[in-house]
Amino acid sequence: MRIECPWCGSRSEDEFVCGGQSHIARPEPATASDAEWAAYLYQRDNPKGLHHERWLHRFGCGQWFNVARDTVSHNILASYPMTAPKPELPDANGGEA
Amino acid sequence: MKRSRQRLPHARVDTGQPLTFQFDGETFRGYAGDTLASALLANGVSIVGRSFKLHRPRGVFAAGREDANALVQLESGTWSEPNARAALVPLYQGLVAKGQNAWPSPDWDLLAALGLLKKVLPAGFYYKTFIWPNWKNWEGLVRRLAGLGRAPSAPDPQYYLKQTVHAEVVVVGAGRAGLEAALATAQDPACRVLLLDEQEEPGGALLASPDPADRTWLASMLERIAQCPNITLMPRSSVNGYHDHNVLAALQRVGSHLGPQADSAAPREIFWRICAGRVVLATGALERPLVFPHNDRPGIMLAGAVREYTHRYGLTLGERIVFFANNDSAWHTALEMVAHGVPVTAIIDVRLGVAPELLRRATAAGIEDRLGYSVVHTRGRGALRQVLIQRLTEDGGGLQGPRETLDCDLLAMSGGWTPTLHLYSQSGGKLAWREEDTCLVPGTANQAVTAVGRANGDFPQPLHTQAHWLTPGVSSDCQWVDFQYDVTAADIQLAARENYVSVEHVKRYTTNGMSVDQGKTSNVNGLGILALATNRSIPEVGTTRFRPPYHPVTIGAWAGVELGALYQPFQRLPAHTCHAALGAQFVDMGGWQRPECYPRAGESEQQAIAREVLAVRGAVGLLDYSPLGKLEVHGPDARELLNRMYVNNLATLPVGAARYGLMLNEQGIVVDDGVVVCLAEDHFLLHTTSGGAASVHRALEEWLQCEWVALRVLVTNVTTQWATFMLSGPRARAVLAQLSGDIDLGGDAFAHMQFRSGSLCGVPVRILRASFTGEVSFEISVPAACGESLWEALMTAGASHGVTPFGIESLMVLRTEKGFLHVGSDTDGNTMPQDLGWGGAIAKQSVDFIGRRSLTLEVGQDPERLQFTGIALLEESATTVSGAHVLSGDGKSSAGYVTSACFSPTLGRAVALGIVAGARARVGEIVSVYYEGKIQPARLVAPCQVDPAGTRLQADATTPQPVAPQPAAPQPAAPQPAASLHVPQILAVCSPMAGTNSITRKEFRLRHETACELIRLQVFHRDRALLPALTAALGFELPAPGEARRQGSWRWLWSAPGDWLLAVPAGEGSAALKTLRDATAGMWAVATPITDSQVMLVLDGARVRDVLARGCALDLHPAHFGGDRCAVTRFAGVSVLLAPSGGDGFLLLACRSLAVWLRDWCEAVSRDC
Repeated sequence: MRIECPWCGSRSEDEFVCGGQSHIARPEPATASDAEWAAYLYQRDNPKGLHHERWLHRFGCGQWFNVARDTVSHNILASYPMTAPKPELPDANGGEA
Repeated sequence: MKRSRQRLPHARVDTGQPLTFQFDGETFRGYAGDTLASALLANGVSIVGRSFKLHRPRGVFAAGREDANALVQLESGTWSEPNARAALVPLYQGLVAKGQNAWPSPDWDLLAALGLLKKVLPAGFYYKTFIWPNWKNWEGLVRRLAGLGRAPSAPDPQYYLKQTVHAEVVVVGAGRAGLEAALATAQDPACRVLLLDEQEEPGGALLASPDPADRTWLASMLERIAQCPNITLMPRSSVNGYHDHNVLAALQRVGSHLGPQADSAAPREIFWRICAGRVVLATGALERPLVFPHNDRPGIMLAGAVREYTHRYGLTLGERIVFFANNDSAWHTALEMVAHGVPVTAIIDVRLGVAPELLRRATAAGIEDRLGYSVVHTRGRGALRQVLIQRLTEDGGGLQGPRETLDCDLLAMSGGWTPTLHLYSQSGGKLAWREEDTCLVPGTANQAVTAVGRANGDFPQPLHTQAHWLTPGVSSDCQWVDFQYDVTAADIQLAARENYVSVEHVKRYTTNGMSVDQGKTSNVNGLGILALATNRSIPEVGTTRFRPPYHPVTIGAWAGVELGALYQPFQRLPAHTCHAALGAQFVDMGGWQRPECYPRAGESEQQAIAREVLAVRGAVGLLDYSPLGKLEVHGPDARELLNRMYVNNLATLPVGAARYGLMLNEQGIVVDDGVVVCLAEDHFLLHTTSGGAASVHRALEEWLQCEWVALRVLVTNVTTQWATFMLSGPRARAVLAQLSGDIDLGGDAFAHMQFRSGSLCGVPVRILRASFTGEVSFEISVPAACGESLWEALMTAGASHGVTPFGIESLMVLRTEKGFLHVGSDTDGNTMPQDLGWGGAIAKQSVDFIGRRSLTLEVGQDPERLQFTGIALLEESATTVSGAHVLSGDGKSSAGYVTSACFSPTLGRAVALGIVAGARARVGEIVSVYYEGKIQPARLVAPCQVDPAGTRLQADATTPQPVAPQPAAPQPAAPQPAASLHVPQILAVCSPMAGTNSITRKEFRLRHETACELIRLQVFHRDRALLPALTAALGFELPAPGEARRQGSWRWLWSAPGDWLLAVPAGEGSAALKTLRDATAGMWAVATPITDSQVMLVLDGARVRDVLARGCALDLHPAHFGGDRCAVTRFAGVSVLLAPSGGDGFLLLACRSLAVWLRDWCEAVSRDC
């Protein structure tokens, strides 16, 4: 697998670490119910198709960034910095779980 | 020696170069250019091995990778290779091979009796038979019976390499289509073309052609390719895996084909990782066998293989050759053979209609034809003698008429051709069914890949194939589909009757295609039979997805050089050579080679630990504590970040003070503890657990980069920049005071949990008073390069005080006596701070910190949680171990376990720590400790069992204090005479690589660079205004990502966003540092000299890129990675900065502690340079 680091360009997968699903909002700890907090900690999507993940260029620049990846074709549709907005991307597989 | 058959004159073997070899103890002769298979056929060896399950005789059946029958044990001893395919083993002088899976020999195999049991060993018999009472009881027996070759048991004396190569276009297969594709794409000189071929010589199917025009064409194409500088032809390279994003894996036989006599400087094999722009598959097609009764007899071969053995190897395989086919290709082959004087008796074809032109030519050549017939039986033991044929009914669904007997000694069969699309399927490409050729062809591609030539279903002549998946009207019992695994058409039909519908399930249930064959010959026939049995079309049945590897990969090639000492990266302590000289016993801990203890002559490990512990308690000990994690946190929001990350309140931590801290993850679980030091209002130093630096750094960065992006904080891991030593014991202060420095060490001026920085023996020093031993301790850090000198200085200064070097095992005993928590040992994946007694402190905390919310979940409130406690065994001489269980009240289940246990030399008895259900409320209770069947009584006690009041930390004494109760222990060993030794005034800088620090090979050199100094410049890059301000302040634009830029004699290298390295000529470091600090004053920028903490290596030589490509996956081509580039990348398993330095030279920067690892690793992978 090759992954495009927004800073270093295309690199081999063994330079990276996957940090799981991205774009998960952290609830306000003081007001979140136990159920909301547990969902934030443990519940993750498992889509067939477009998926957003957080990757770390561990052996390179040390930066976290987002990757939009198709879990069927394994094609990477976009990689973008953590602070960039989630891009609008077509989901070839409809995103069914 | 047997006389081998006369070769035909047009053979490609060199009859001027005879070679002798041995098979099953007999000596034979072959020629250069032969394979073991062709040489065995030439010598009339018809049985080479036995099948896997039923031990049926197996001979050579094909001429390439699809031959799963002729498997041999190649050579013996350490070089030996099991399951070598005779058709792929090139003959060399002195080759020795043995047939496999047979006893006493393949010709006469006693286990062939298993064949009689065939009826009771149908598909799935494992699942049906060996379930009672347990598969375990049967496994040994089954493994002995159903075996293949034997793996050598001694270490492999050869070596293997792994390497990465980049190419814009990769062409797999150097047959006609592959050669044409490579030349066409190479028109663009910037396009690097990599042409891989798996055979001993390129040419593919052309090698089997007798046509002189084909041979001339091949020679001229190879000539043209040799003249193309941008085409790299890699022979003997089998592409085995097609992975995501056009990454391919290939195995190249470098010395393997030469046998055990190969040059030992060259690797046996190289395992390539290929990064391709696009891929052209010119992998040809595989011929299918026909499925008919007793089609597995030696003497029955694929027609294409007969063609190859005839024309490439010049063999006349039979006197009466019969063909059996369902397509035209066999007819062309038969006619071609007759034209070259090889006798063909008859062609049996299942088709009723064949082109009149073919019929006419066959008749003219004296070949009998039988159209609309099928072979229904074969006869002959050891060698084929007769085939029986019978007419098929009009609809092809049965047989009619009488059986006819044909005498023959070779049956050449062709069941049609299947494009070799294993790699296409692995790449995620969909396959499509083409009815007219009854084969699978490329459908929809998932990656940038195309198939050409026969791999794309473009056959040179039309095939007119008619499906004939099995022979109807006769029992399907002995109609073999997977020859090596003994899978028959009946097995597949049985699976269908048992309601297996999915082709993937049928494959696993019957094991069809799961043998060495891996579906190469059995896959499509299996699909056809399943389709017939379930009344579906083949597209409805679907196909199995092929998975890597296409061809087996040697385990040695997977391992590469990562064996033994090079198994994984190791870091060396700055004072490693001092420890080695003192006889330290090293242990790998968190990637560091650390002394466990320093046993003296005649001392056991336990005795050494006891001596070291008592020396610390009684006088003073010295520990190399360099792996202690050290992170620097800079910035206006640094305190805020730490307050959010640590359980403790750090808002009130004054400058110069240190505070113990506990770190949780978001689930509330304790993940690290350490000591936080406030260096300045906006500058902190975190000491994490040893080995925890990387994970704590990662956690801080993840929160900063992903959640709290506005916090202006820089986190730098400086662990390896500093050599840290712990001087611990009542005389620690007295020892340290002997070194010249500017820090007041007096008990009042420098209290416990205080931090000072200054200078010591002329170098910068950081000293922390914390204690993990319970004794007065100074954790002294100096630049890593001065570590060795500081160790020597402290040993010298402490000699008269009895300073004793102590190891990590002794430290563990010291801290267990004191009941100090060791995160990871005394905590598990469920431990929350309240389990450690922090509940009250947290309740008073007002700020939120990571993990706090999770503590309030129901799980955190359970009174029966496992809580940290001391465990005192009641019997005087009892001992226990970590992992022993503490039993619940009824004695039937576990209520926790011992996490740390050791013999305490201080107390003269065992001490233990553990986590036990509800332990905090149960102090004083008697419990039972269970280990390996033994139950011991114990009491739950407070964790600290030595000096609970902590008075020893206040000790200012120059006289050792007694520890109560006083043990009957020996006094620390007599110190070395010290009077003559001299404590240095200035600490010297030492080389990071002890001993030889360079590699000099013919085409590769490595040396330690000392001609430059390094400075690191960091800014808070998310502040977008900073970069322009920095450019203005420096009067120079710093390099962009991936760039290197020169500024006069300075060289800037980009290493991360807002992070640059500056290399300046040796001697200019201080001036450059001052210039940078002056220019960036008042800006959020940090400039740090790091020369002493890095190792700078210069690598050069004609093959430097090969050596680098064996450790990293970057594209190192000068056009892509030239003098204005640099990259932080993974090399040899560690993070390094790599920058081309002109010509064939590269500068490589890494942590100093990795210097020896990098040198040793480069030495191992450059053996052939």
